[in-house]
Amino acid sequence: MEHHDNQQHLISYGTYITVWLSLLILTGLTVAVAGVHLGKYNVFIALLVAAFKSSLVLLYFMHLRYENRLFHAMFLVVLFTITVIVALTYVDTLAR
Amino acid sequence: MSAHAAELAVHEHKDYTGAKIGMWMFLFTEVLLFGGLFLLYAVYRAEYPQGFHQGGLHLDVFLGAINTIILLTSSLTMALSIAAIQRGQKGLAIFFLSFTILCGATFMVNKYFEWSKKIHHKIYPGSEALAKYVDNMVEEGKVPPQQKSGVLLFFSLYYLMTGLHGLHVLVGMIAMAFILRKLLKQPFVHHRWNPFQKQELQGCRLVLEDPNGQTIWKSETFDETVKHVDVEFQYYPAPKHVHPDDYVALENTGLYWHLVDLIWIFLFPLFYLIS
Repeated sequence: MEHHDNQQHLISYGTYITVWLSLLILTGLTVAVAGVHLGKYNVFIALLVAAFKSSLVLLYFMHLRYENRLFHAMFLVVLFTITVIVALTYVDTLAR
Repeated sequence: MSAHAAELAVHEHKDYTGAKIGMWMFLFTEVLLFGGLFLLYAVYRAEYPQGFHQGGLHLDVFLGAINTIILLTSSLTMALSIAAIQRGQKGLAIFFLSFTILCGATFMVNKYFEWSKKIHHKIYPGSEALAKYVDNMVEEGKVPPQQKSGVLLFFSLYYLMTGLHGLHVLVGMIAMAFILRKLLKQPFVHHRWNPFQKQELQGCRLVLEDPNGQTIWKSETFDETVKHVDVEFQYYPAPKHVHPDDYVALENTGLYWHLVDLIWIFLFPLFYLIS
């Protein structure tokens, strides 16, 4: 019965709560930074914080950190696909 | 588990990794679906920065922040529910899962108030009153004429993206409710019989053993005062795919719920915090 493949990775309740607290702090940070006028950098910082929050959710809540390499590879393929789509769209809209 | 049952379990086909890969694949198609909409947002926002700014002024940052906190917390309790199942703490898992559903419901109630307030002010896609309102903004000099469509686009995207996200919250809640129902299933009586009416059972006792021959429970010795013995078994069937050895149903539902949270992590700053 080899269905125990992900059960050795018991993540403690404490780790989850630490991740949650970090997510709340980062949310506070986004709201605070949005109040400061930084021009174009506002979007950049907002997206950076959102990306950081997402990686916390993916790595810990969604257990991606503890999954095998196949899951990491799949995730990177999707990230690459989105990057290509975004880049191609920008090449089109900016060159118009 | 008797030897026979153990044998059956070996033959039962289980592919834990396969089930999770399937869920991740589905999540990736969801990411591409929302990705397309985010791209639409990015292109229009670059074209109509002032229009989007004016639109963003109409969103309630406080309500958006509260909903962000609610979703982040629900993600935590979802993860904790899985952690509890892994440790065999069924009661705790039920508590955390119920709390997660409650968070989803609170999110939707907030969303309802948010939307109905806007619709009450005639702010919705295709609203004539909104078009007039935007014309007034142009006259007041708040929005340059060429940025006019930006305000309308902002609200169309706002309704489309938060609406689609809200739909995902509802689906997630339904999936969680199904798992919760499985977990809450009551024990049921399996057998009831009356085997000990014969006189020769006097001086015997009833013993319950586990498969390893360890005594789980034993009765008093039957003496002449015992007229008959009722044996009643109650057992809790382990819900399929939601118990410490196999919790893939709960885990996949969790993955879906975290994706809903991930999308909101981007929606919140891009809609509520741009002004």
